[in-house]
Amino acid sequence: MVVEVTADHAREGTGAPVLTVDGLAYAYPDGHQALYGVNLEVWSGERVALLGPNGAGKTTFVLHLNGILEAGRGTVEVSGMAVAKANLAEIRRRVGLVFQDPDDQLFMPTVADDVAFGPANLGFSGAELAAKVEHALEQVGMADYAKRPPHHLSYGQRRRVAVATVLAMQPEILVLDEPSSNLDPQSRRELSDILLALDITILMVTHDLPYALELCPRSVVLSEGVIVADGETGQVLSDEALMRAHRLELPYGFDPRQLHPRRYGGSCPPSVDICKTGQRHQLQEDT
Amino acid sequence: MGAGHGHRLHFHGHSAVHRLPAQCKLLALVLFVLCVVATPRTAYWAYALDAAALGVCIAASRVPVGYLAKRMLIELPFVVFALLLPFIALGDRTVVLGVEVSAEGLEAGLSLLAKATLGVVGGLLLAATTEPRDLLAGLEGRLPRQLIQIMAMMVRYLDVTSDQMRRMRIARESRGFVARNPRHWPVLAQGAGALFVRSYERGERVHLAMVSRGYVGQLPGLVHDEATTREWVTSLALPTTAAVAAVAGWWLR
Repeated sequence: MVVEVTADHAREGTGAPVLTVDGLAYAYPDGHQALYGVNLEVWSGERVALLGPNGAGKTTFVLHLNGILEAGRGTVEVSGMAVAKANLAEIRRRVGLVFQDPDDQLFMPTVADDVAFGPANLGFSGAELAAKVEHALEQVGMADYAKRPPHHLSYGQRRRVAVATVLAMQPEILVLDEPSSNLDPQSRRELSDILLALDITILMVTHDLPYALELCPRSVVLSEGVIVADGETGQVLSDEALMRAHRLELPYGFDPRQLHPRRYGGSCPPSVDICKTGQRHQLQEDT
Repeated sequence: MGAGHGHRLHFHGHSAVHRLPAQCKLLALVLFVLCVVATPRTAYWAYALDAAALGVCIAASRVPVGYLAKRMLIELPFVVFALLLPFIALGDRTVVLGVEVSAEGLEAGLSLLAKATLGVVGGLLLAATTEPRDLLAGLEGRLPRQLIQIMAMMVRYLDVTSDQMRRMRIARESRGFVARNPRHWPVLAQGAGALFVRSYERGERVHLAMVSRGYVGQLPGLVHDEATTREWVTSLALPTTAAVAAVAGWWLR
């Protein structure tokens, strides 16, 4: 069953699309077909949730966005630039991919070394590199942990550092794979505070539906390799037939009709040192 | 997870020894150990001089002696061997505390004990005052870069892998498994195999994450401070003392 929900009124972004995926199909070398023609456009400034059950092809899809996997058919464009061998370096700067397990992403001996890895690959060095590292860590409220080895941080802190490692490359779109997995409620909230405070386009892959509703005004459902719904998150989540058909289930007692996505308001997240309002905030204590 | 700064051997501090660049301390340790090993067997006063010099370094580092003493347990196999030497060695016999032992074995045992202890204490002091990351950064430009990167990955993932191993053991034991005899070895082997496969898969995921951030086969170096002449001179004071002791030991033999 395919349900089309119009996305126009859910769109917050403006200008040209940051991400354009057209007819993307992919089969693994063993013949297993994961994607059957995916179409998706994400506009600048949008926060979009990519929802889908396990095995829907979400991660396969994400690996196409920065050219790790090569499209079998169809095209992917990031701010007008096609994802192709010739532009991979620039594409990987534009698309910041945050992996699910921060231990996969953080492989350098200290937090600062790891955050420096991306910009160093882009050719930055010296004071310029140090400034980028510091700024990225400040954005996620982890500036005080620069010299620590990643394995001595809590899981939530590691996830935040993982976000900083790609922010340091100043991407045009932040792609997060299951950002809320394995986080306790407080770390979860701290991460959403940080993501809301960032002035960046976000594509968030998740099956954590309340988190999608909290952060993303627009949701897209990927199931069995195709996009089956695209619309306002509250509307998508309220469509019981659609949800049931694609193995998406809301937590007990959760009613999306009574809730709305959070917007970035005047109050600033406690874990972020400098935020949009320009005020300085007390850094949160290590817990 | 309120874990401290470094690894289990590291003692957090800001003393003069802590502040010395890692490459200085590393070279000092290597030279010190070489000098100690080159000291003649029976020049006990030279060992005492080495120990005194090392003692000064420990005092300067403000690492508690008890902290180092506990970690010296690693030397135990050498101690056992050194204690056995007088009994198993051949040659002239001598009497110590009413027991007849080999004079040559006694000498060899004592010098082995002294040399091993000095080396171990020196190594522990380096580990206690230097973060592993700085140690690697200090080697930058002195060892092939690939080797440093492999070591850096090892330092990073050792804890992750050993934690995984611990969880697997707890899961086994929670289901009543106790390795009592060789019939249980296949279970342990399967555990090791599973760990290998998981680590291999993690390696692939790490590589994907690296590629996503623009990795094209060349890792950027670790940022480290260049040592000043003064720092080199300070850190070479220890091996110089040991060298003097060794030379004097040969001279006065």
